[in-house]
Amino acid sequence: MFLTVSTTYQPATDLGFLLHKHPDRVHRFDTAAGPAHVFYPEATDARCTAALLLEVDPVGLVRGSSRSTGRRGQAGGGRDTAGAHYVDDRPYAASSLLAVAMAAVFSTAMAGRCRARPELVTTPLPLSIRLPSLPCRGGGADLVRRLFEPLGWQVEANPLPLDPNFPDWGDAPHHDVTLTGTALLADALTQAYVLLPVLDDAKHYHVGRDEIDKLVREGARWLPGHPEQRLIARRYLAHRSGLATAALTQLSVAEDLTAEGIPDGFEPGRLTSDATEPDPAANAEPDRTMETGLTTNPEPGLIQAAGQGPSTVPSTVPGAVPGAVQGADADPVNGDGTPELPLAEQRRRAIMAELRTAGARRVADVGCGAGRLVARLVADRAFTEIVAVDVSHRALELTARRLHVEQMSDRDRERVRLVVSSLLYRDDRLTGMDAIVLSEVVEHVDPPRLPVLADVLLGHARPGTLLITTPNREYNVRYDGLPPGVLRHRDHRFEWTRAEFTAWIGDLVAGYPYRARIGGIGADDPEVGQPTQLAVLELAAPERGANR
Amino acid sequence: MSETSQLPSEPSEPSEPSEPSEPSEPSELSELSEPSELSGLSEPPKEPPVAPLTIPNPSLVVLVGVTGSGKSTFARRHFLPTQVLSSDFCRGLVADDENDQSATADAFDVLNFIAARRLTAGRLTVVDATNVQRTSRARLVELARAHDVLPVAIVLDVPESVCVARNADRPDRAFGAHVVRRQHGELRRSLRGLAREGFRRVHVLRSEAEIAAATIQYTPLLNDRRELTGPFDVIGDVHGCRDELEALLIRLGYQLRRDDEGRAVGGAHPEGRRAIFLGDLVDRGPDTPGVLRLAMGMVAAGEAFAVPGNHENKLVRALRGRQVRIGHGLAESLAQLGRETPEFRTEVEQFCDGLVSHLVLDGGRLVVAHAGLKEAYQGRASGRVRSFALYGDTTGESDEYGLPVRYPWARDYRGKAMVLYGHTPVPEPRWENNTLCLDTGCVFGGRLTALRYPERELVSVPAAREYFEPRRPLTEQHTEQPAEGPATRPEEEPSVDDGAVDPPAAGASDPGPASLIIDTGASVDRTTGPTARPDTLHVNDVLGRRFIETRHGGRVRIEEPNALAALEVMSRFAVDPRWLVYLPPTMSPPPTSTLPGLLEHPAEAFEAYRADGVEDLLCEQKHMGSRAVVVVCRDAATARGRFGAPDGVTGAVFTRTGRPFLAPDLTEALLARLRAAMATSGLWDELAAGWAVFDGEIMPWSAKAHALIRRQYAATGAAARAALPVAVDALARAVGRGVDVADLLERTRGRAANADAFTAAYQPYCWPVDGLDGLRFAPFMLLAAGGVAPAAPPIDQAAAAVAGGAGHAGDGQTARTYLHQDNLWHLAVADRLAAADPDLLATTARIRVNPADPDSVAAGTRWWEELTAAGGEGMVVKPFAGLARGKRGLALAGVKVRGREYLRIIYGADYTEAVHLERLRERGLGRKRSLAFREYALGLEALERTAAGEPLWRVHECVFAVLALESEPVDPRL
Repeated sequence: MFLTVSTTYQPATDLGFLLHKHPDRVHRFDTAAGPAHVFYPEATDARCTAALLLEVDPVGLVRGSSRSTGRRGQAGGGRDTAGAHYVDDRPYAASSLLAVAMAAVFSTAMAGRCRARPELVTTPLPLSIRLPSLPCRGGGADLVRRLFEPLGWQVEANPLPLDPNFPDWGDAPHHDVTLTGTALLADALTQAYVLLPVLDDAKHYHVGRDEIDKLVREGARWLPGHPEQRLIARRYLAHRSGLATAALTQLSVAEDLTAEGIPDGFEPGRLTSDATEPDPAANAEPDRTMETGLTTNPEPGLIQAAGQGPSTVPSTVPGAVPGAVQGADADPVNGDGTPELPLAEQRRRAIMAELRTAGARRVADVGCGAGRLVARLVADRAFTEIVAVDVSHRALELTARRLHVEQMSDRDRERVRLVVSSLLYRDDRLTGMDAIVLSEVVEHVDPPRLPVLADVLLGHARPGTLLITTPNREYNVRYDGLPPGVLRHRDHRFEWTRAEFTAWIGDLVAGYPYRARIGGIGADDPEVGQPTQLAVLELAAPERGANR
Repeated sequence: MSETSQLPSEPSEPSEPSEPSEPSEPSELSELSEPSELSGLSEPPKEPPVAPLTIPNPSLVVLVGVTGSGKSTFARRHFLPTQVLSSDFCRGLVADDENDQSATADAFDVLNFIAARRLTAGRLTVVDATNVQRTSRARLVELARAHDVLPVAIVLDVPESVCVARNADRPDRAFGAHVVRRQHGELRRSLRGLAREGFRRVHVLRSEAEIAAATIQYTPLLNDRRELTGPFDVIGDVHGCRDELEALLIRLGYQLRRDDEGRAVGGAHPEGRRAIFLGDLVDRGPDTPGVLRLAMGMVAAGEAFAVPGNHENKLVRALRGRQVRIGHGLAESLAQLGRETPEFRTEVEQFCDGLVSHLVLDGGRLVVAHAGLKEAYQGRASGRVRSFALYGDTTGESDEYGLPVRYPWARDYRGKAMVLYGHTPVPEPRWENNTLCLDTGCVFGGRLTALRYPERELVSVPAAREYFEPRRPLTEQHTEQPAEGPATRPEEEPSVDDGAVDPPAAGASDPGPASLIIDTGASVDRTTGPTARPDTLHVNDVLGRRFIETRHGGRVRIEEPNALAALEVMSRFAVDPRWLVYLPPTMSPPPTSTLPGLLEHPAEAFEAYRADGVEDLLCEQKHMGSRAVVVVCRDAATARGRFGAPDGVTGAVFTRTGRPFLAPDLTEALLARLRAAMATSGLWDELAAGWAVFDGEIMPWSAKAHALIRRQYAATGAAARAALPVAVDALARAVGRGVDVADLLERTRGRAANADAFTAAYQPYCWPVDGLDGLRFAPFMLLAAGGVAPAAPPIDQAAAAVAGGAGHAGDGQTARTYLHQDNLWHLAVADRLAAADPDLLATTARIRVNPADPDSVAAGTRWWEELTAAGGEGMVVKPFAGLARGKRGLALAGVKVRGREYLRIIYGADYTEAVHLERLRERGLGRKRSLAFREYALGLEALERTAAGEPLWRVHECVFAVLALESEPVDPRL
């Protein structure tokens, strides 16, 4: 909510012309977040400092967000979704609110117009920008440097303790940041304008198409070629969320949890494999609108940044363990030098192969997540009935989007059902399938509940074939970024060794009329085996006729 | 008046695979007692006034008559308009023209659909169509059977000339006389065959006079004995074990009557209790005639009721000389009966023949049937209802012992009525979804068991010896296990034993065939199969738009999106639903205060209760921690017996959304301390409890909310400390330059001070915790407690178990709530626990307030001011009495009054500034209060259902609903 811009250009008070703000007066502007004030703590020929103080109105902020969207929790993306009614740092931190105030207060300067001193617009000036409370989420001081140093700034970023009374809590994400360098004032301001929300990793307002236009417009001069352009685009175009998330968020509020306290359980395996794939939450809607942005954007590389190309930002993958992604995908080549398929893709291929071998035509993917396997099943007309099941309504929304359900032909539409259900409740809608796929799901279930899961699947649903995949914990040592003992996903309740998985499958076939084969998927390591374990359970033949 | 009642040709018995299937015979037993003579068709009735037309209710009444015969008029006169489905009307619905014959097919689709819905709900339904053709009637008979109600025909046989004349008077009916003539002919040809077509009653009205004079009389089905309210003693399969039956009846308090030869021929209970025999009185045992003599005598004297078993069914046919396969102990019965008189054998045959397949008793709250009965069949009559009642829901398969495999209908049972049954011997009676099997295999050397209803007490006597060798071991829970097929193992696939783990060998990019094969084949351990998880819930128990009736707060509605959110949270995060007997309600603040600088103040809370007529209040200190519900068991056996807990688990500690509060080891450590405190304080014994449920608060707040506090609150404070001093400094320098920012400087200095106060507000609720060290639990309510689960007694000690009495019902589910106790009683319990373990368990400060007494109100207000000034969160104002009632029914459980400084955490550092406070006062409390009330009602209901021993799904739907309501969009700052 506070920043200063200083220059030692001679005469320094020319800063007032560039900013269109007289150094001896206080200038007040009303913004949606509250009144913004520009004043000059110092204004001499040697040095001139302009200060922007945004008096954030926290009450108005909360009321505004719930009023404008009609539904709480949908005010914005990312962090703000959960925090809409919580007290948070926005009244004090240099966030997107401050960026908006900058755009309102310094619009002419940011556009590079100055009638009184036109030559100064194109003159690089010795500048110093201080942001005393800049949130640097998911990267700290290093992230500030990664963002600003490529633009020519010298960065000084000092961390602040969370609470002096509790030193073991560590540092706050906020840093006292001073940027020093010689630059065009318009560039300096627009860079701060774009990068403040990126560092905050949250925007206080809805991300729409105009946001994309804005990014393209503001960043046109300096964003192309920035080594972190993908991260910038991705964070700037913050994620969006739907109804189910809003309801879940309400429950997290009841639990005194932060939004991060509810990890995405429905994106199985995204850590080891899907990190290289577009995040549906990020690109499902925006990347289509980005297409229109393309016409005004001279740099096609930016488009890719919206979520295609390989991600280098572990922290933006919800629930993923930071740092592990690179390990999982480090040098993904086979022995013969051909690039190796992502593990998730290998899993899908293995599952499709097993389903075809089993001759399955009616298939349920239980815990389908965002529906990548479902899309594969839909594409193959040999599958006559496809049931996409997840406990998360949001996951099914993503699946429906991926499948473009609204645009499906009647013939395909009839083959697909999207079902919210749970593995811990029996469900007649899942009975009598030829095959049920349970891929990267069991490890999201608390171990004491596994007998119920077994009863629901094998006792009640009773498919002809049940395919189960789950991580092989032994293989985790092969992931460089994964600290010892840490699981591959924050929501994993356990990961099994091969012996543990085999023992569990043994229990299943001991209790239910099934036979099982156990194998694996992925590069086979002589010591620790394959990264994914696979079990194929088949209903004993006499039961097939009696399936009811 | 003419009437006919014909017996249906329903299949009598599903053939059991162990014996060659017999030719299907008509059932010998009727659900209706009317004589089955056929009359009135050939000769007109002699003398009016006529007897009323008897119609069983429910039934499907089919009116038969040519057009113009007066069916609609007849229907209007005798039935409710909504009971009558007219084909003409349905034609109008689909075609805007009641006489558009081209719409007939569509019209009957509509008619059948509506009729099906009504019959499913058990509502009498009348079909008003000509129905003169056999095919159209056949469809209706089929419809009735599909819903297990009886089809009844009422024929209006009016002279052709009358019909023609009537049609001529109706301009909309352009039928020629030939149509009437044709229909009349069809009707004539149909009359004789109606009973054979499947109509269980056929009433033929042969003239306009008869039609005019007709009256309707509804007769209940014979299985409808809802007027009998008990108490009953329901007795499982006796199978000729007369000694044990006499012993059991005596133990139950019956005084047996004996004939001259000393044979028991009856038995009355001095308190008017009546016995119910669940069938299979006969076969296998040593004295089938003696058992029958006693049971028949009691039934004849009104001292007992009986339903038939499959063995009685077969015995009747054997006694009638039919060809039956002599097995299953029938030989013994026939030999024993052969030594009796022919008269006695006739009596036996008539008795067994007259038994009604099942009985619905006590206002519909109790259903008895030999093999049980699913809800859709209760109070219905059809061949398949009877078949189910006698044989259960067989799958048509047989198990490895050659016995029929039964589908586990009880596992899916969701009906309101308690179902008591026998048929399949079990080692221990075990409640499953409000059903109980009482066959404890007496004839196989087990026990003879009765259930006292409504007390739900089990009483049993051991068998003197094994009279008959069971074909499969009695100790095995086989009844609900779907059959295993013979071990099949394709020969081309190599197999290995369990545990012999070959390293997976599939390739990297080609997964190839999985390498390890597990196939335990026939050596299946059945105990881990479905029978081991009878409590599995069904999505239909929780999903969709739902209405839940609560005892204390009326009906609560749950919307589907909220249920979906709850499903995800429940599935991904909640503890085992068997522990989840309660979730606490949210709590509303009082109406907003208008005092300067305050949003909440005790005055409004006191006044709100006073206005509702609740004038005795208890204010309790509000602990600033996290809400926790604790279920603690006295020992591992109770945890296992009552909650199905695995080894090493003796309870649960969960949050207000059902998540485990602590890691498993810490949970057990806390439970051990609480268990010990219960023992030290003597509460276990005093409550005669084996388990108890507490509502309370676990402190510090940081123990659970550490991530939130650090990310949200501490970070906010840190951001403020970083930004505001720098801004103040810059403003001061600008003021020094003469810039007019003095006001802004002052405001910003004020915000800096508020930010410090904000940090100071959360700090007292944070302290380090290491294991249990530093953790405190403040129980403030003992919600419920339950009895000790008895160990399953060995057979020969069964008699000892009988003496256990009410506290030891066989399932260990006897429990009670303490909701009626006043809140001081609850705090006294907490005080005793805290005294026993003061390091872990905390008391709750309190003060009693009379809201009508100004001095008392002032004292309560002072108390609150002192609490909050010392850094406390605030207080909860509760009615002093448990389940207190106000003017509009149940009063809210409590209202929270939070302190001024605490609310900075909620509303932000600067909320106390007048400009903010004015706007914050506009907060709407209606939704929050409504939500608090609904969640309170649901929580109470969950506890009441738990205490009443209701099935898991009934408890779970309530706690699930609390969670669903919690996902409703309500300002979380309230």
